[in-house]
This record gives sequence, C-alpha cells and structure tokens, in this order.
Amino acid sequence: MLVSIYRYNPETDDKPVMQDIDIEVPSGKDLMVLDVLALAKEKDPTVAYRRSCREGVCGSDGMNINGSNGLACITPLSDVVIPGQKLILRPLPGLPVIRDLVVDMSIFYKQFEKVKPYLLNDDPAPGIERLQTPEDRAKLDGLYECILCACCNTSCPSFWWNPDKFIGPAGLLQAYRFLADSRDTASTERLEGLKDPFSVFRCRGIMNCVAVCPKGLNPTRAIGHIRSMLISQGT
Amino acid sequence: MVNRAINFRRSGLFDWIIQRFSAVVLAAYTIFILGNFLLYADMDFHVWKSIFDSIFTRVFSIITLIALCAHAWIGMWTVTTDYITSLQFGKNATVLRFVCQFFVFLIITAYLIWGVQIFWGS
Repeated sequence: MLVSIYRYNPETDDKPVMQDIDIEVPSGKDLMVLDVLALAKEKDPTVAYRRSCREGVCGSDGMNINGSNGLACITPLSDVVIPGQKLILRPLPGLPVIRDLVVDMSIFYKQFEKVKPYLLNDDPAPGIERLQTPEDRAKLDGLYECILCACCNTSCPSFWWNPDKFIGPAGLLQAYRFLADSRDTASTERLEGLKDPFSVFRCRGIMNCVAVCPKGLNPTRAIGHIRSMLISQGT
Repeated sequence: MVNRAINFRRSGLFDWIIQRFSAVVLAAYTIFILGNFLLYADMDFHVWKSIFDSIFTRVFSIITLIALCAHAWIGMWTVTTDYITSLQFGKNATVLRFVCQFFVFLIITAYLIWGVQIFWGS
C-alpha cells in the first residue's frame, strides 16, 4: 500500500513535498493509521511525527488523514482508505510546521490559556473539598473529556483566519466547562472576557469541530450555551 | 491575523444580536412584499404605488432599509476581518482592510440616503 506523507523541514527545504512510501500491510488485519506510520518509518527513519499513548488519550498524534483531522492511533485504515487507494497524511492544517507531521501548537495553547481553564473560587476552601450535587457534576459530562489534540481548532476556518483572536472550539469547550461548573464563582468575569467580536462570535456553526473530534465531543453546542449565557448576562 | 480591527469598540454580542434581529426584520419584509403580490393578483403600477403611499409601508420600508444597512455593515466588517488579514496580505493587511471597509461604509451610507429619498420622496 502506498502512503503519501507530507515532508517538510523549514530549516533546509524551500517548500513541502509529498513522499510516497510503499509499505506491506499484513493481510487480514485492520491496522491503525499510527501502525502504518510506524511501518513507513521503518522504510524511511527520517519521517517525523508525534505519538505517545497510542490509545487516544494523550492527543499527541493528531494529523490530517485523507483530508480529515483525526488521531492516527485510533483511526482504523478501513475507515479512511478505499482499498487500492493511497493513505495521505498531512500535518494539522493552519499551524506552523516544525518538521513533517509535527506542528507548533503554541498559538493553540495560548488560546486555551486565555479562558483560564481552572476553577476560580474566592470563597474560603472547605475542610476537605468543594462538594457538588450529582446533577451539577453531570453538567460537566461531554465537556471535561477534551484531550487537547487540536483536531477541532485546526479544522475550523475561523481559527485558520484569526488564530490569534478566535479562541477556537477546544478553548471554548473548556470555557463552558468552567462556566457550567457549580463550584466556579467567576462566571461574570469569564463572560466579560468573551464578548468581543472575535473570541466566541467568530464561530459560524460550521461544525467541523464536531465532525472531527476523536472523543465525540460537541464544541458547537458548548459555544451555543456560552452565547446564551452572554445574552442572559447582557440583557 | 487581524492586528488592529476597526470595530468602533463594539461588542461581539451586540453585533450578533443586531445580525439576528435585522435578519428577522428582512424576512418579515420579504414576506410582506410577497404577500402583497399574492393579495393583488392584478398588480400594476397604480396598485404598487398605492401600497407604497401608505404610511405603514413607508415606515416598514425605512426600518427594513436601516436593518439591511446594519446587517450589511456587520456582515462585511466580519468578512473583511476574516479574509483581509496579515496571514494572507502581510503587513499591508491593515491598510487594505481599512480601505475596503471605508468603501463598504460609503456604499452603505449612499444606499441608505438614496433609499430614504426613494421611500420618503414624493
């Protein structure tokens, strides 16, 4: 099987090229894309990519697989490749390439940092822990599971256009995770920081983020909730 | 990337609400105009003129015109800040975006004045 891999070293190359590597896929097995990359790396050890847990938890191996962002370690070949066709691997779109499939995620983390993704509560801390009802805890389901793989942000045109101003789906999912948290007391301040024309309102509801999220999360819904909270606060 | 955005210190929330509200006004006006065509099957110039002679139609038309202008300005401001950024146009992006926004503003203002003259003229 042919694997076409994006190759680029900004320090030495003028422009990126796609390199075709022919690999032997064991018959009768449905490999994950990450396994295919490992086989390709055996053929050409200079191919660079990130990987760590190889089970969809660490979020290291987010990449563009046949045109759609996903985690290489949990994307089966059979899901993305029509038999007889190439597997095309590119880095996550919209972020600067460091080498081959490795991208510089600084701006992604910067946007994440902006939403203060931690509990803010000025009340004196209780003896053991801040308690929550099971109902309030349930509100965080579908929000806290994000692994920061950046598949969503880098599939979002608004993030491609204004990566320094639009927080992006991953950051906004976390923003809502803390807005929805009954133990957080900084909702007003959090919302105040989100009501400019870029941070939240650049979301056009394209829903690429929902389509590509490897954890099956729904940032668009969270953004909708943030908008509703902004409207309630503003009126 | 948009380094300096001319947004007259607006809030995104305000823009968003104006966009939705003006869209409702535009939809209502479209239904109103189409409804008139359905109501008057034998529509001719005299019927058309009598519709626009009524104060209701004139006020509704002016409100719709203002809604259209607001909708267009916010929409075009958003489009220019999406597409005319330093990522695409380098350091000239701010000037280029300002020039585009200025022309959009001029056109919208001209349409607004012209529209008021038409609807409120004799």
